[in-house]
Amino acid sequence: MYPEELKYTDDHEWVRVENGKAYVGVTHYAQEQLGDVVFVELPDIGEEFEMGDSFGVVESVKTVSDLFMPLSGKVVEINEDLEDSPEAVNEDPYGEGWIIAIELSDESQLDQLMDSEAYQKTLE
Amino acid sequence: MTRKTPLYERHVELGGKVVDFAGYKLPVQYAGIIEEHRAVRNEVGIFDVSHMGEFEFRGPQALEAVQKLIANNAAKLKINQVLYTPMCYPDGGVVDDLLVYRLDEDRFLFVVNAANLEKDWEWVQENTKEFDAEIENQSPQTGQIALQGPKAQELLQKVYDLDLSQIKFFWLEKEGKIAGHKCIVSRTGYTGEDGFEIYAPNDAILDIFDAIWVAGKDSNLQPCGLGARDTLRFEAGLPLYGHELSPEINPLEARMSFFVDLEKDDFIGREALLEVKEKGLDRRIAGIEMKDKGIPRQGYPVEVEGKEVGFVTSGTYSPTLEKNLGIIMVKKEFSQAGSNLDIRIRKRLLQAEVVKLPFYKRR
Repeated sequence: MYPEELKYTDDHEWVRVENGKAYVGVTHYAQEQLGDVVFVELPDIGEEFEMGDSFGVVESVKTVSDLFMPLSGKVVEINEDLEDSPEAVNEDPYGEGWIIAIELSDESQLDQLMDSEAYQKTLE
Repeated sequence: MTRKTPLYERHVELGGKVVDFAGYKLPVQYAGIIEEHRAVRNEVGIFDVSHMGEFEFRGPQALEAVQKLIANNAAKLKINQVLYTPMCYPDGGVVDDLLVYRLDEDRFLFVVNAANLEKDWEWVQENTKEFDAEIENQSPQTGQIALQGPKAQELLQKVYDLDLSQIKFFWLEKEGKIAGHKCIVSRTGYTGEDGFEIYAPNDAILDIFDAIWVAGKDSNLQPCGLGARDTLRFEAGLPLYGHELSPEINPLEARMSFFVDLEKDDFIGREALLEVKEKGLDRRIAGIEMKDKGIPRQGYPVEVEGKEVGFVTSGTYSPTLEKNLGIIMVKKEFSQAGSNLDIRIRKRLLQAEVVKLPFYKRR
């Protein structure tokens, strides 16, 4: 449910650092709370955000929720497949359901994120 | 204080995601809103709607009291017939929308929205003092189940001891029994599908639910929550109080003139509504389909050439049509099917087109 190799935020997002980029998505808990995801509003490639900024929106049938930057940086990839298949956020939140990738502006911020165990404690 | 309905334990056992709604703990979903929605469109779903309010009117002037309160005409009801109606303020704004059941010559039942229950109860009492009629709030002791979908009759017939095919659309039967309990069964609902609503005292409603549930094992009976109830009513173009109806919206603007009988002698709000009708409407409810990608939600502004011309009252992804749809209140000149509008969704202005309501009609 909460892979060991990922980092987590209080806003129920995960981060995976890969080749100098950080991939970002929402956790299993988040997708479960959201219910059927029917729309994801993505930022533009090249947009820069500070940690904690809203960078997009995920909508379920009933709810509209902001997505928050887990770390400061520039958007370098967006998951355009979510336009046609937003349900990937529910079905495969750590894989096909990834949302954006960012180029970090301050790698030391990674230390502020939780590991899997610490994140799961917040859910209890 | 949030209350539990008599079916609360069942929601928990069946895996419902329970939320607080209008003072009650009710499931927003079980399997998922889209799956539950499709179950009702294609087969059959069961809903706990025990939070709805029930007021019974009895006595020699019960009809007069009812007639003063509602905009539709209860005098036209035969015994065992049901009526949908708005209940208005003197200025034509809506107190609530409700069903009126004629249980007998001088006995009527109001079924009102849970969110408006206290307000309605005060309103009803305040405005019927002059009549020789007794009015009782039966809501706390009354449970209600909705069984909805094309297979609702086939399933309910397995546990109901009278012939359901004799209950026509917007009629009721009060003599039949389920699981040994007498209950009111009406062919009504809030989904746009065929189906029934069942009323019984709290202790009986649990047995009734269990009997239907057991019988439904072979019919893929789907427990459904508030989420699917909303998407189903939305597709069927049925108004929801607080969205398409409110104290600031009159029923003529809400496309409910069919349920307003201005020929009726008198009722609260009649003069105001007559005036609205004579002057003509400035704005009205309309349906929209998004052309750009985005979901319209309640309160989003509607614009034409940069000018605000209305607002969204309800909007969602439609599981049946697989489109992003909305209901809007808009200046009348932009309410015709085919009109192009913009919806302001956060920072963006997205294109939409007016389409006919309802979005969905059963075959």
